Amino acid sequence: MTLDDAPPPALSITPWHWLRRNLFNTWYNSLLTLVCLWLLFQVLQAVLGWVFTQAQWTVVQTNLRLFFIGRYPPNLAWRIWLVLGTVVGLAGLSWGSLAPPRSPWFKRGVSIVTAIALGVAILLPLPLPPRLWLGAIVLLLFGSFGLGKRFATLLKPQLVWAWLGAFPILLWLIGGGLGLRSVSTNLWNGLLLTMLLATTSIVLAFPFSVLLALGRQSNLPVVRWFCTLFVEIVRGLPLIGILFLAQVMLPLILPVELRLDRLLRAIAGLVLFNAAYLAENVRAGLQAVPRGQSEAARALGLNPLLVLWLIVLPQALRVVIPAIVGQFISLFKDTSLLSIFALVELTGIARSVLAQPQFLGRYAEVYLFVGLIYWVFCYSMSIASRRLERHLGIGHKRT
Amino acid sequence: MKTQGSIPLWRDARFWWVVGQVLVVLLTAIAIAIFWSNLSHNLQQLGIQFGFGFLNSQAAFDIGETPISYLPSDNYARALQVGLANSLRVTVFGIVLATVVGVTAGIARLSDNWLVRQLALVYVETLRNTPLLLQLFFWYFAVFLGFPRLPAHIQLPGPIYLTQQTVALPWFHTTRDTNIWLLMLGANLVLVWAWHWWDSRAAAPALPLLLKLLSTLVLTVAIALSVLESEFLRWDAPRIVEANITGGLQLSPEFGALLVGLSLYTATFIAEIVRGGVQSVSQGQWEAARALGLKPGYILRLVIFPQALRSIVPSLGNQYLNLAKNSSLAIAIGYPDLYAVASTTYNQTGRAVEVMVLISVTYLSISLVISSLINWYNRTVQLVER
Repeated sequence: MTLDDAPPPALSITPWHWLRRNLFNTWYNSLLTLVCLWLLFQVLQAVLGWVFTQAQWTVVQTNLRLFFIGRYPPNLAWRIWLVLGTVVGLAGLSWGSLAPPRSPWFKRGVSIVTAIALGVAILLPLPLPPRLWLGAIVLLLFGSFGLGKRFATLLKPQLVWAWLGAFPILLWLIGGGLGLRSVSTNLWNGLLLTMLLATTSIVLAFPFSVLLALGRQSNLPVVRWFCTLFVEIVRGLPLIGILFLAQVMLPLILPVELRLDRLLRAIAGLVLFNAAYLAENVRAGLQAVPRGQSEAARALGLNPLLVLWLIVLPQALRVVIPAIVGQFISLFKDTSLLSIFALVELTGIARSVLAQPQFLGRYAEVYLFVGLIYWVFCYSMSIASRRLERHLGIGHKRT
Repeated sequence: MKTQGSIPLWRDARFWWVVGQVLVVLLTAIAIAIFWSNLSHNLQQLGIQFGFGFLNSQAAFDIGETPISYLPSDNYARALQVGLANSLRVTVFGIVLATVVGVTAGIARLSDNWLVRQLALVYVETLRNTPLLLQLFFWYFAVFLGFPRLPAHIQLPGPIYLTQQTVALPWFHTTRDTNIWLLMLGANLVLVWAWHWWDSRAAAPALPLLLKLLSTLVLTVAIALSVLESEFLRWDAPRIVEANITGGLQLSPEFGALLVGLSLYTATFIAEIVRGGVQSVSQGQWEAARALGLKPGYILRLVIFPQALRSIVPSLGNQYLNLAKNSSLAIAIGYPDLYAVASTTYNQTGRAVEVMVLISVTYLSISLVISSLINWYNRTVQLVER
């Protein structure tokens, strides 16, 4: 080995050096570190003491099924497992085919996700069948990921259609009818309902938001004025006010024959709300497309609709994907407000668990557990969005 | 000019400009007409006539917290005013608290102290990724109602007393002479400002502004103390007297939970905005300021922050708007804010349309006021270009 081949000398940072540099480099930093350490010690002592000695986690343990699928008929639970399997399979395919070919992070990412999922499946205090289901689904994720990676070029253009096609099938599996025993929407509870509300309302709100954004950019003053008014009014109101509008006003302004159930009214309110917020994101995307693009397309003789569909929208929407993911995260959190309107989603089920006489007053345990579920979903979505942003090469570039 | 006439009508932009707008107006009008006829038909079925006359009838429900005087025998209009006052109270205090916590956490995220950085990160990522409603439930049921019942209590240094019925903090109380004090201090400021303005017209001011301010302040305070023989504000610490807490600022658990929950949640977003703003100032500015020999605190205050504010203020305004709107979640923990009182009004009278109009108009006005204040402030920090 010549001198040129030799690796650079390893940077040897001893723990002592690290401490000196990161925690005790100036007198006020040392002071700050000590204060923080003392606070951390006090808090950890109190919290850990509570978690391991005072808290009674049986309330979570006995109600696990309630938290996830609520009062969905237990003998039909296989349908929910099938739904989860389909979603996970599709997600694995998309992940595998969308991930950049040779980036180290997603191989590590897959291993980490698989390990965590397997760990949860093994450690959760569940009876045997759900554990087997969980294990199978983890394997499915692994397999579909490999498949997606293998046939990436083939699958990539079909992904959107696959997801859109799967959506009604999933709804059919959950709701029944057409040969399956139908399950009333009153029994769609817990995390299942939260996920359903969030995905349905974002999917439905998206086309509206594109129309609103285009309307706001339109050169017809009346259209522009209508769209601006709608977006600004909805954005000036609290979500709870919009939901009140949907729950109370919708039955009043619709004909008597058309009776929407509570769930549909809730979705209508969420769609109204999210369309306005998404419209602003989409508008930002539209503004980011250089004028030259549409001018060039028009010069080629494309008519305005084709210019929009083939040239402007694909570029605009690509820019706003991270913003849309951000909106989805906040929508996912906002669905908790529906518990105020007597819908039994994740937060609502927490309240009904707390109403069980043997678990009165176990607020901290239940709310912490439910908070953990929300946190896992939102945090992984925000990580995914950050990765996506870097992958698409948009957003802020580091200098 | 025959070619002019040969353009088919459906390819003419001017034709579509007119027809498109007419179509939109027509469709909207038809939709509104259908909704309106349904609405009046449905209201007739329910036996309700549209009108705001019901606001004058007796409310007959009690409100837990009344910053302005209210009795159940008052009318609905008064009840709604109480709700509005409660909403504004929590919004104003919430904005102040969220800004303080948020800016602190945002700067902590950029600290060169590893531990401080990580703690701020954990705080931001935990609270930002869980729903506010759940956090409010947690604060109210698990924390504020988890405090011991009087006469048992938790005492924090301050003195701050935590009990299930009330949270008591030390606070200032105005005295009978507070207004005269304010007047004198105001006059003092005007005087100093005039003096400094007069001084700065000359080549070099004789005294720095701070010194002028300090010297006159000391003089004013000395005069005021000897003439008025009373304090500006009285420091009022709560005391435990016979199994009861007196004095200080006493907060209900509902208000406390809402204020803490709203501010800590909004502060995480403010922290990210502050961090983004500070990071958007180019590295060269730091280096230049350090090269001039400024201390880190001065660099942040004099060089970085004024520039960062330009990108911070607009997003900060959005967060203030969010806080004001989110204060409506008060209904979930029983704090009688505007939305909660309006909701009770709706339940008692069934006046859906009128209540909806009142809620919308009030929240829209609050949003408008906040956004115009922020816009006004934004203009003062923006870079002035040609």
